[in-house]
Amino acid sequence: MADAFKFDLVSPERLLVSQEVESVVIPGTEGELTVMANHAPTMTSVKPGVLTVKAAGGGTERYVVFGGFADILPEGCTVLAESAVHVDDINREDLARRIQDAREDVADAEDHETRLRAEDFLHQLTTLEGAIIPA
Amino acid sequence: MASLKDLRNRIASVKATQKITKAMQMVAAAKLKRAQEAAEAARPYAERMGAVLANIAAAVSGNDAPPLMAGTGKDETHLLVVCTAERGLCGGFNSQIAKLAREHIRSLLGQGKTVKVLCVGKKGYDVLRRDFAQNIIDRVDLRDVKKIGFENANEIARRVIGMFDKGEFDVCTLFYSEFQTVMSQIPTAQQIIPASVPAASDAADASGADAVYEYEPDAAAILTDLIPRNIAVQIFRALLENAAGEMGAKMTAMDSATRNAGEMIDKLSITYNRQRQAQITKELIEIISGAEAL
Repeated sequence: MADAFKFDLVSPERLLVSQEVESVVIPGTEGELTVMANHAPTMTSVKPGVLTVKAAGGGTERYVVFGGFADILPEGCTVLAESAVHVDDINREDLARRIQDAREDVADAEDHETRLRAEDFLHQLTTLEGAIIPA
Repeated sequence: MASLKDLRNRIASVKATQKITKAMQMVAAAKLKRAQEAAEAARPYAERMGAVLANIAAAVSGNDAPPLMAGTGKDETHLLVVCTAERGLCGGFNSQIAKLAREHIRSLLGQGKTVKVLCVGKKGYDVLRRDFAQNIIDRVDLRDVKKIGFENANEIARRVIGMFDKGEFDVCTLFYSEFQTVMSQIPTAQQIIPASVPAASDAADASGADAVYEYEPDAAAILTDLIPRNIAVQIFRALLENAAGEMGAKMTAMDSATRNAGEMIDKLSITYNRQRQAQITKELIEIISGAEAL
């Protein structure tokens, strides 16, 4: 069995997870990455997606995160999510609202750069919707 | 001298007031507990955010720092974000914040700077409008918000950052009341743009290592993304502290109002009883002297 390490998932509103885990799959902006114990110190931004936590005692939990940061150190890992919910608690209306907001952001974008960023975000959200809704 | 009937009415009305203040105090106490929990729940995020930010800021050299951190290099136009409560009846809570903001505005105006004010909450707006109506650019209404969420703070932050990007101000200061205890809230001014970053050494203690990070994407890109979030977090924290402070102040104010009403009832009851006694005595004297005259 792989070594356990400390994992925290925090959103501005509360601390969602703080426990010993075996591995965590983080949806990084540059691609998904699996963090295990003794990972090299890494800082990555997180895109909207599903974060999978494999607890040290067995059992897997999945959370939906909407952007944020991951701070990875050999002895632990912290994900600062802009907003995060457990997969079981996600509701379609909320997601639909977020997508609607993102669409409006794209429409309201004043310059090229913000539009690109907003479109990226919208794309990530719709991919996410496709990934979790049928489940 | 008030008649017995007047006194009775007076006592009844003070009693009714006391009931209301008592109820308000209890409501405030319940809300305070919730507000405190919310403030505590938000703390881990803010702390870690500070640590991460310090780490990254140390990695990015001074020249690459995004403008939100470095500032515009000028000190001409100040934006003041004044956060107060939406409702009154909470002692000196709102006026304390407004007073601090007012002093700040006066001193900035005295130095010949341009001042813009963004009011969050109705009460601060009401007070500041009297003296600085032409400085207030807008107000954010949180009246319909039952529970302050990160979304609310994020919206304000986005607006502030949008204004900054358009070059509408150089320095942004946040006014709110720091929650110390239920009894004391300290009005605080905090500069959020240019962002002041906690010293890297503190962060190293907090995160347990001053490790050399790999950044994905590069450090500057992360920092550009991180700072707006940090501003939102600061505003969120201010709003939560304010919510807790408001309820604390309201509880204290309503507690003393209830006590004052109690004292008043006691005093009025004594007057009422004395007068009633005097009237009985008077009537007795009339009856006795009437009987003696026969």
